[in-house]
Amino acid sequence: MAQLASISSTLLYTAFVLYLIATVFFAGSIKSKKHTNQIGKNRWATIGITITIIGFAAQLGYFITRWIAAGHAPLSNLFEFITFFAMMLVLSFIIIYFMYRLHILGVFALPIALLIIAYSSMFPRDVSPLIPALQSDWLFIHVSTVAAGEAILAISFVAGLIYLLKDVDLTKGGKQVFWLEAVLIGLMLVVGFIVSSISFSIAGAGAEFSYVNPEDQQVTAEYAMPALVVPNEGELLTEGAFATSLEMPAIVNAARLNTVIWSLLFGAGIYLLIRLITRKKLAGILQPLVRKANPDLLDEIGYRSVLIGFPVFTLGGLIFAMIWAQIAWTRFWGWDPKEVWALITFLFYAAFLHLRLSRGWEGNRSAWLAVIGFVIIMFNLVAVNLIIAGLHSYA
Amino acid sequence: MNELVCKCGHVNKEGSELCLQCGRTLTEQAEQRKTSDVMRYEGMARRSQTYKRSVIDRIWNFFSSVKVGVWLIVITLVASAIGTIFPQELFIPRNIDPAAYYEDRYGLAGKIYYVLGFHNLYGSWWYMLLIAAIGTSIIIASLDRGVPLYKALKNQRVERHGSFLKRQRIYSEYVTDRPVEKLEEIGAGLEKKKYKIRKENNHLLAEKGRFSRWGPYVNHTGLIIFLIGAMLRFVPGMYVDEQLWIREGETLNIPGTDQQYFLENKGFTLETYNEGQDSDVFDATLQRVGPVAKNFQTDAVLYKREEGDIAGSANREMEPLFEQPIQVNIPLKFDGFALYQTDYIENEFHTMSFTLENKETEESFGQFTVDLFNPEQDGLYDLGNGYQVEMMGLYPDFSGFEDGEPQSASPLPNNPAFLFKMITPDKPDGEVAFIGIQQNLEPLGENEYALSFSGLETRDVSGLTVRKDLTLWILALGGAIFMIGVVQGAYWNHRRVWLKAGEDGKLYVAGHTNKNWFGLKKDLSASFEGTDLAIPEDHQELKDSKGTAKEEQERGTTGQHQ
Ligand code: HEM
Repeated sequence: MAQLASISSTLLYTAFVLYLIATVFFAGSIKSKKHTNQIGKNRWATIGITITIIGFAAQLGYFITRWIAAGHAPLSNLFEFITFFAMMLVLSFIIIYFMYRLHILGVFALPIALLIIAYSSMFPRDVSPLIPALQSDWLFIHVSTVAAGEAILAISFVAGLIYLLKDVDLTKGGKQVFWLEAVLIGLMLVVGFIVSSISFSIAGAGAEFSYVNPEDQQVTAEYAMPALVVPNEGELLTEGAFATSLEMPAIVNAARLNTVIWSLLFGAGIYLLIRLITRKKLAGILQPLVRKANPDLLDEIGYRSVLIGFPVFTLGGLIFAMIWAQIAWTRFWGWDPKEVWALITFLFYAAFLHLRLSRGWEGNRSAWLAVIGFVIIMFNLVAVNLIIAGLHSYA
Repeated sequence: MNELVCKCGHVNKEGSELCLQCGRTLTEQAEQRKTSDVMRYEGMARRSQTYKRSVIDRIWNFFSSVKVGVWLIVITLVASAIGTIFPQELFIPRNIDPAAYYEDRYGLAGKIYYVLGFHNLYGSWWYMLLIAAIGTSIIIASLDRGVPLYKALKNQRVERHGSFLKRQRIYSEYVTDRPVEKLEEIGAGLEKKKYKIRKENNHLLAEKGRFSRWGPYVNHTGLIIFLIGAMLRFVPGMYVDEQLWIREGETLNIPGTDQQYFLENKGFTLETYNEGQDSDVFDATLQRVGPVAKNFQTDAVLYKREEGDIAGSANREMEPLFEQPIQVNIPLKFDGFALYQTDYIENEFHTMSFTLENKETEESFGQFTVDLFNPEQDGLYDLGNGYQVEMMGLYPDFSGFEDGEPQSASPLPNNPAFLFKMITPDKPDGEVAFIGIQQNLEPLGENEYALSFSGLETRDVSGLTVRKDLTLWILALGGAIFMIGVVQGAYWNHRRVWLKAGEDGKLYVAGHTNKNWFGLKKDLSASFEGTDLAIPEDHQELKDSKGTAKEEQERGTTGQHQ
């Protein structure tokens, strides 16, 4: 079984590399002088989508082999859930691609999937046994449907982002330029997190502290990165490790805050470096890629993916969730933070649809709403797990 | 009532925008508005857009406005988010005063949170009011639009006036020598694409997916049913939520069942994953985080009291109904109730045994066992040969002395202590000893005899939640109808194509869909194949807007609906 688990990891790694190569081909497809059409048949894009599909098959292989090795659907911790989300994102992209054959979508969707997989692998990757509450077929039914719904909704973010890069006039400045850059910087911070995690893990910069938690108990905290902030009444246990004397109050999870600070520093550093070298905003670097994109089609794809994704998300995130909660937790709804954020996501996309249908929020506004929707989904996926502790607390 | 008489002679209701008969615009205003806005409700008169005087009109108009609806949704959304900043009251430890808890733990922010009532947000009157307002809004908005829409689509005409066709987003005129033939050809092409075809006087209407227009009304109905179900929760008898703590070996009445059902706990099991025993893939995790729970299980037997039995007589013979292990995710279900494994206490003290000894000679005079839940009625434990122990006091949860009297904090055997009198042939008046865990006092002077612990039996206590929820089927029904409605509205579209072979020898083609224009155009290009006509043009205005949604609004081309 341990051997199968290692085959599984290799397959995931393979998928990652294939998605990377496919991105290059999609980029080639829109740059190609010979095939200038950005839609329809184009050799570069055909190779790109073929590699994407092989990559998806590899990732599916990862999923199935890990399932067999673990004896349960590999959706039981953050690493597994986030990689699965990335896999669904690629699947949604493939489906939407065959509906519209818009090449530019691949140039943005695949890197985002790559970023998400890289992000997920920063969490513990061990195959973990299932606690009693998770021992149910509903684990797979509920979690996979939620991930699929969110992934389809994420495609509307991809289309919206491309739309905005094309639509927003960077030379004029203003709020839209600012926020567009902010969204791209947000993606850059994820890069910062990944780069800092890897660097410090190679450098072996981790440390342990003993500290006093809000319940007045003496416990230990693990730091993966040099301690810029120290936990409440924290005492360094690792000899020779770096630590400042900036002590946090008990309710703050200092180890996580420390990671966030480092990610911000690295992300900001990388961002500034790029700006110094290119003398351009991130949006300005990406804009030439989207010059030929068709805004009508992007708008249509953004709307369509919300239309397809909303029912799937509702089914998985609310209905299946309620059925399972009734079975496992005795009540279908309990105002657990994760539940509330699923409701918020649902309400947000309901508002999106109403604004579009009845108030004519198309094009630019619709694209912004798609971006905000994605931010909400990411918040629920990442922040609610890490910041707000609830019943869903994944390891 | 003011009626609007169209040029074609048809009499339309006050407030109509398009003539129901021919599709001409009826008012100046309708002329100015975006076609897709006018077409949304087929240009029909809506109550909210027509009557604006009385109080009822105003209330109706308020709730029927999508702008208001969206605001209600957004406010609910933001409020819900605020409720997750700090834990809600129901998640904080129960034995702490919430007022102190929020301030101690979260400082000033926590205090403000508590004072403003956000600690109990989802049960607050204003949150409920918001939900109720959304419900009202859904009902009124749906009636306001659904009824006229239904009438319009039911009475749809094939023939439309030229101006109606010309206003559509997809529209082209063709000069061709055989317009009627082309019309037939395209119609046949559309029929292949599963359109329903109707023809009248050289006009053709091809239509598909009309039922998808009812999607929003179906899903709103589902939502309303769901909300009604959620409200019924508060009706007495619809909902039971009780906790049952049951020890191994006990048979207890199940609360909430009117003394009808009893449960026996035959044993509670807690299992954990172990290295070497479970799959080796788990080893890394188990080494990292320590033991992980694998199973919580109560082996339970359900009994039903026969009619005519006296209440509370649990000891009388009862027929067992069935036996089932209750596990997390596998509740025991009966008669609308479900019993869930939700909690446990391991190794609660059950019996304690003592040996009577002579301190000096260490000679033993026998052993006795005290059942902490069911001690001897008269407190006498006879060891034979004239040796006896009398239990003068039992303090299951000993918490110290007060005025020389031992105290018990609760009836639970968390820290049992005893006051014994040891009666022996040579000390017929007895010697008194106070015995607790790690404690041995001789309050009335030095004793010759002593009692020592010689045995302990423990058992587990299983915490079960007793739940009955008669609203579940209503919620399930609402949820199912909601899902059908959203899928109906989102995965299908209402597409229409109007063709007209004009007397001027031209062929006119117009197309409209409520969403997914890409799909409509694909249908058109398939049905135009072989007609040597180009597919009709899309007069979409969206092209490069350069972030100008605002200008668009100022021009008045967007956001016209109230
Ligand atoms: C959370 C609550 C709600 C949900 C989940 C919901 C869901 C939906 C959905 C999925 C659609 C179809 C949208 C589309 O196909 O693009 C729709 C349409 C609509 N909803 Fe709601 N809705 C909600 C609340 C409301 C409220 C409060 C109003 C009140 C104004 C409202 C009024 C409408 C209207 C007027 C339509 C358009 C119907 C049509 O003309 O086709 N909805 N709703």
